[in-house]
Amino acid sequence: MMASNYNAKEEDGHQPAAIGHGGAGTVKNKKPDNTAFKQQRLPAWQPILTAGTVLPAFFVIGLIFIPIGIGLFVTSNNIKELEIDYTGGDMSSPCYNCSQSYSWNSTKPCTCSVPFSLDQPFESNVFMYYGLSNFYQNHRRYVKSRDDSQLNGDKASLKSPSKECEPYRTSDEKPIAPCGAIANSLFNDTLELYYIDPNGSRTAIPLVKKGIAWWTDKHVKFRNPGGNDNLTVVFQGTSKPVNWRKSVYELDPSDPDNNGFINEDFIVWMRTAALPTFRKLYRIIHKKPNMTPTLPLGQYILEVTYNYPVRSFEGRKRMILSTISWMGGKNPFLGIAYITVGSVCFFLGIVLLIIHHKYGNRNHSADIPS
Amino acid sequence: SNWPCKPTPTVRKQNKGDDSPQKKIHYSDNEIKTTKYTLLSFLPKNLFEQFHRFANVYFVFIALLNFVPVCNAFQPQLALAPVVFILSVTAIKDLWEDYRRHRSDKEINHMDCLVYSRYKHQYMERFWKEARVGDFIRLRCNEILPADVLLLSSSDPDRLVHIETATLDGETNLKQRRVVCSFLDLDCDFDPSKYNSVIECEKPNNDLARFRGYITHRSGRRDGLYKDNLLLRGCTIRNTEECVGIVIYAGHETKAMLNNNGPRYKRSKLEKQMNVDVGWCVIILLVMCLFSAIGHGLWMYQYGDKRPVFDVLSPEGAELSPVLSAIYLFLTMIIVFQVLIPVSLFVSIEIVKICQVYFIHQDQDLYDEETDSHLQCRALNITEDLGQMQYIFSDKTGTLTENKMVFRRCTVAGVEYSHDANGETILSQMTFKRFHSQSLSQLPSDLTDIIDFFIALTICNTVVVSSPNQPRQKVGTDSGPRWKIGTEGSPVLRKLRQVVGSGRSRLTGESWLTGGSGRSWLTGGSGRSWLTGGSWLTGGSGCSGCSMQTGSSGCSMQTEPGALEEGELRYEAESPDEAALVYAARAYKCSLVGRLPDQVTVELPDLGKLSFELLHTLGFDSTRKRMSVVVRHPLTDQITVYTKGADSVIMDLITLPSTDDSKGKRQRKILYKTQNYLNLYAADGLRTLCIAKKVMTKEEYAVWLRHHLEAETAIQGREELLFQSALRLEINLHLLGATGVEDRLQDGVPETIASLRKAGLQIWVLTGDKQETAINIAYACKLLEPDDEIITLNADSQVRSSHSTLTLRSFQKDYAPAYSFPPPPPSPSSSQTQSFLVHRLGLVIDGRTLAYALDSSLDEKFLQVARSCRSVLCCRSTPLQKSMVVKLVRNKLKVMTLAIGDGANDVSMIQVADVGVGISGQEGMQAVMASDFALPRFRNLQKLLLVHGHWCYSRLANMILYFFYKNAMFVALIFWYQFYCGFSGSAMIDQWYLIFFNLMFSAFPQLITGTLDKDVSSETLQELPQLYMNGQNSEEYKPYMFWMTMIDAFYQSLVCFFIPYFAYADSDVDLLTWGTPITTLALFTILIHLGLETKTWTWMNWVSITFSVGLFFTVALCYNASCPTCYSPSNPYWTMQRLLREPLFYLLCVITPVAALLPRLVRGRCVSVYESENVWDVHVCSRPHSEMLNTTGVVDLTVKC
Repeated sequence: MMASNYNAKEEDGHQPAAIGHGGAGTVKNKKPDNTAFKQQRLPAWQPILTAGTVLPAFFVIGLIFIPIGIGLFVTSNNIKELEIDYTGGDMSSPCYNCSQSYSWNSTKPCTCSVPFSLDQPFESNVFMYYGLSNFYQNHRRYVKSRDDSQLNGDKASLKSPSKECEPYRTSDEKPIAPCGAIANSLFNDTLELYYIDPNGSRTAIPLVKKGIAWWTDKHVKFRNPGGNDNLTVVFQGTSKPVNWRKSVYELDPSDPDNNGFINEDFIVWMRTAALPTFRKLYRIIHKKPNMTPTLPLGQYILEVTYNYPVRSFEGRKRMILSTISWMGGKNPFLGIAYITVGSVCFFLGIVLLIIHHKYGNRNHSADIPS
Repeated sequence: SNWPCKPTPTVRKQNKGDDSPQKKIHYSDNEIKTTKYTLLSFLPKNLFEQFHRFANVYFVFIALLNFVPVCNAFQPQLALAPVVFILSVTAIKDLWEDYRRHRSDKEINHMDCLVYSRYKHQYMERFWKEARVGDFIRLRCNEILPADVLLLSSSDPDRLVHIETATLDGETNLKQRRVVCSFLDLDCDFDPSKYNSVIECEKPNNDLARFRGYITHRSGRRDGLYKDNLLLRGCTIRNTEECVGIVIYAGHETKAMLNNNGPRYKRSKLEKQMNVDVGWCVIILLVMCLFSAIGHGLWMYQYGDKRPVFDVLSPEGAELSPVLSAIYLFLTMIIVFQVLIPVSLFVSIEIVKICQVYFIHQDQDLYDEETDSHLQCRALNITEDLGQMQYIFSDKTGTLTENKMVFRRCTVAGVEYSHDANGETILSQMTFKRFHSQSLSQLPSDLTDIIDFFIALTICNTVVVSSPNQPRQKVGTDSGPRWKIGTEGSPVLRKLRQVVGSGRSRLTGESWLTGGSGRSWLTGGSGRSWLTGGSWLTGGSGCSGCSMQTGSSGCSMQTEPGALEEGELRYEAESPDEAALVYAARAYKCSLVGRLPDQVTVELPDLGKLSFELLHTLGFDSTRKRMSVVVRHPLTDQITVYTKGADSVIMDLITLPSTDDSKGKRQRKILYKTQNYLNLYAADGLRTLCIAKKVMTKEEYAVWLRHHLEAETAIQGREELLFQSALRLEINLHLLGATGVEDRLQDGVPETIASLRKAGLQIWVLTGDKQETAINIAYACKLLEPDDEIITLNADSQVRSSHSTLTLRSFQKDYAPAYSFPPPPPSPSSSQTQSFLVHRLGLVIDGRTLAYALDSSLDEKFLQVARSCRSVLCCRSTPLQKSMVVKLVRNKLKVMTLAIGDGANDVSMIQVADVGVGISGQEGMQAVMASDFALPRFRNLQKLLLVHGHWCYSRLANMILYFFYKNAMFVALIFWYQFYCGFSGSAMIDQWYLIFFNLMFSAFPQLITGTLDKDVSSETLQELPQLYMNGQNSEEYKPYMFWMTMIDAFYQSLVCFFIPYFAYADSDVDLLTWGTPITTLALFTILIHLGLETKTWTWMNWVSITFSVGLFFTVALCYNASCPTCYSPSNPYWTMQRLLREPLFYLLCVITPVAALLPRLVRGRCVSVYESENVWDVHVCSRPHSEMLNTTGVVDLTVKC
């Protein structure tokens, strides 16, 4: 009885432990445990990449990716987008004069009007962007040149901004609010949009300036020191950034909820762009409650208060009107990429199938003698 | 009152009654401390040691660079994190190791021993560490010596102490140590309080085989001290009830401790190769930095004086010149790109190796039930070398063989008897029955030969009898109660005497009495030359018997398991062969029961005990190749000489009766038959010995004795005279028979050798043994095949050796004109012929020739010849030669060498080889101590190399390449970004991700894969040893593979960068919202890449990958939610949360890894097709038709059938 018991234990994989506990007379030895882990015999899945497994995978990838790509491509194409370059580098451009005369130090505002026309109406909400090219907002020293504590409403940082803001930390012995190079270079063109009725009258299109920043930025990251009222008092003893025309508490005096550090244009600017050619949300044109399109087709005028110099870095300035879809703005790339990768997979599948067919035959014949 | 000691510069001195006690010199006490650190010194010392590693210095440099304001890219504190992490992981490992050493030290220091207390005048229990130099120590049987002790007294009647030195030199046979000469005559117990002498001896040194000094007594008498008086620390007292000694060296000054060098640091081949590529990484890094710096300079330059708003001035408000900017940027880039040098690679490799060592250690197949021993990995950092071995140098005795001699067969008087190892004594029963049943008148000559044969086996040796596990009783002395011997008392004996006596009268001339013709004999003890120099040797035959036993012998003897059961007697033999013969004789009831210097007692069935008066023992030496004993036969009272020796010499000494009568014919026939059997035995790989005897007349003996005594007492040339004397004695012998002793091969040796050979390993056997034996064993373990052409190189001078080498070469040229030396060219047809040729050649070279061959002028030729032979046997080689051979092959052929051995004589070879393997079975610890891996058996080598070696190599090689890939791929992402940020050193990847990506997010899966992945299963690896060549040729990690990996990494990073780039081009995406998806994509790509590389998926792989992804998202979400204002300069607040709501993010996560890994997938598929064909080829290959083999275009393995 004992013996058979013992043998039974020996048969299963975990016998040393069982014997060690059960048999009183067994000598403790150094024999390693016969566990799957210690003997490196863990049950394993071996994904052998054979023709049988890889070929279907290629086809499946192809079959999934191509429809997705087509869907994405169609979605992107349905997005309406209009881009107007108003840099004014060109003699014929309406903003040529402004662009030539303007620098950071000039005090007189220069305005120019750019007419354009829409061939098709924009149906849903329209987003109005300003776009800059060749503007390296991702420059390392530029990106770092800010003080998040100050922007968060910290009074100590307001009076004594972080060293990171240098050399835009103080001006005239007074701390700059908001400090740093990013704030200093705030985009300060004003864009207005007018619809030219067929009868010739201009109708200003209502541009909504709130709701363009991230909610978390507006409500968590950016705060005015000591609440939103009496910004003039709060910011007393600070200096405006050197390139600014007006102080930070004068950004939007009409709306205390959009003034000071929580001005949404300012917040949007402070979120530094990833690439040197970028756009930033400027205004939203909400869809009208009735069935008329948000922007009907016809003639429009873009009124630009030209403040922002880009000639020093050969930048371009653009105004973009765009609707958006669930996947964001107009960008056919992803759709094309999906279609391409899907097609390549499909094609490779076919090629490998052919190769496999050829080689497979050879393998077969060789296998027979064994 | 302490023991004052007064050492002189070269001499240690211990003096009890020193007149100036204030001149105390501190000797080290017996406490040992092998730890490297103390609690206080740990931090500085460990850091200091870690900074010896270049990589660590580099990383600290990078971290400190962060503190330089002009180039700080990261938060300086954060930048320290990886370095601190790496250093602390290593420090914790070191601390743990040191703690283990501390614990074992403590255990050893607190063992008990008996130390004489001068206050209480008795021996007290003390800890080992409390013993001091000059203390008297009493030791009992089976106790371990706590220090090096000079033996002053022993309970043994001969004033001997037997010790086992296995822990020191690995020899398990007992050694005798004797009491210092001056104390020899002490009859009563040694009284320490009366001791009053000064001991002077040499300074502590690590030479185990040397000890010199002298002891000066109060009387002024001075006696020499020799190594025979010294008991070394770590040895065990055996067979001796009690002994007393004085501590000479203690603690770290003991020879055992001085020999303990601690583990060596070896660097594996793979690691060397890796370091080269780390160097390349540094160069790539510098190139990338330089490129960026120049780019930045140019970028700055193009704006000229028009400073754009985004080009921020220096903190001081000064404008930076493009050149200065570029220089600053260069430093910044080094920090940003630091990840390219895989900081965690070194730590990860160490972790993986520890895990590999653990698994090797746990392997049940490498465990030996019999000795209850594991494989031990003593070197932790060369596991992967096991997968790249090309040459194996093996010791023979104890490594290939068991070193357990087993009596196999014998031939007596021309009749062959085989012997069953289990002790089935058919022969003896049959024989002795005949002896009894037959009337004495018919006592045939072959029967008397048989009896003589067994008596010779029993007494013609130096075997000592002892009882197991008990203090040695003086077996054979008359006082011994159990072994009372009455030569006259036994009635049986008396009867036999009568019988023999009457038989003699009737059978005159028959073999009992047949002796040699008259020759003069001499008498005297025959000490070995080195012994006679000892001052304790008082001379005379009284000592000669025992002095023989102290003769050093490389062999050891293991008691046969079965032997102990039948009797309580245990034999301590100088060589295992002798013991085997004695045990064999005992199996036939002819047992040795006692040996005294002048008397040997043999117990015969029904006859009882016979005591032979031992007149002389002429010990074995390698020139005569025989030994003899001269005894007075108790039955016939004749002077009889029994000689035992190598067949080649004994056969020549046999005198045949010149007469042509029947007797002469019979003798000739016997001689002829015996020679035949001897040849048969040799072919079976048995060690053969011939046994012969001669009977001397009193006159002959007297003549010989006179000369012999002269020789013994000669002052000059005594050895030579003794040698001559022995030669004079050993002539005109009468052949009794021959024995065949098997040095049994270890289990599985031929199979292991065959399999290792299939794996492409060259196996050389280097042995100290003689040529014939070595060749026999080589045949037995299939190292040589019967149809092999054997080239034997035996030369007397360099000229001849050179000549023979040359002849050999010309011979080869004649024999095989197609032969070319650099082997094997890739074309299968020529390798076919070549392997056929290699198959046929075996080289046998002896020690003396080897000495010439190793000479720098000939070594090239020797190697050329040797490498073209399939097997090489070096016989009679010294330990130094062994190591020189290994060194030569290793350095000249640039191959990976493995040396395997079990004895002290293999130590040097083990140390020289790339990987040293010790067999921990028989000969103890010396080889094991020097080795990197200790195996219980030779056959374990197969699994160790073919399976674990392959796995370790392939795992590590793949892991290292993967590491390079991973880091390069990740860093390249940032590099591409430099083109879009004005080469300003900006990074879209958040600094936290950048720093912890390697350490946390992507670390675990590769560790799991690096530890557990199996590219081929254990069974397949053992069935198809050819797969081992993969590692030999470094197939997994060739230099070009680094660059392939780099190219792949750069391609993948391009995909991972540009798909998000175009997907987000000209959008309102901000820096981190764009960078975080890239990080995620890179993580996915890297993990899926690892997944493609992983051949076997266990649940641990799944868990680790899931964990990695989970960890990344958890950390990202927590980090992005934690603080809206911290983590300057970047602040990724709520980025990940927003991303997870965007469909675009998921779309990117799907397409990018697929696009990035598509080439690899395609290539992987192709390779896997070829690989499966390879395995298949190997299968096919084992069958004769290999038609298909050559048609496969892409074969990674060179398959030799």
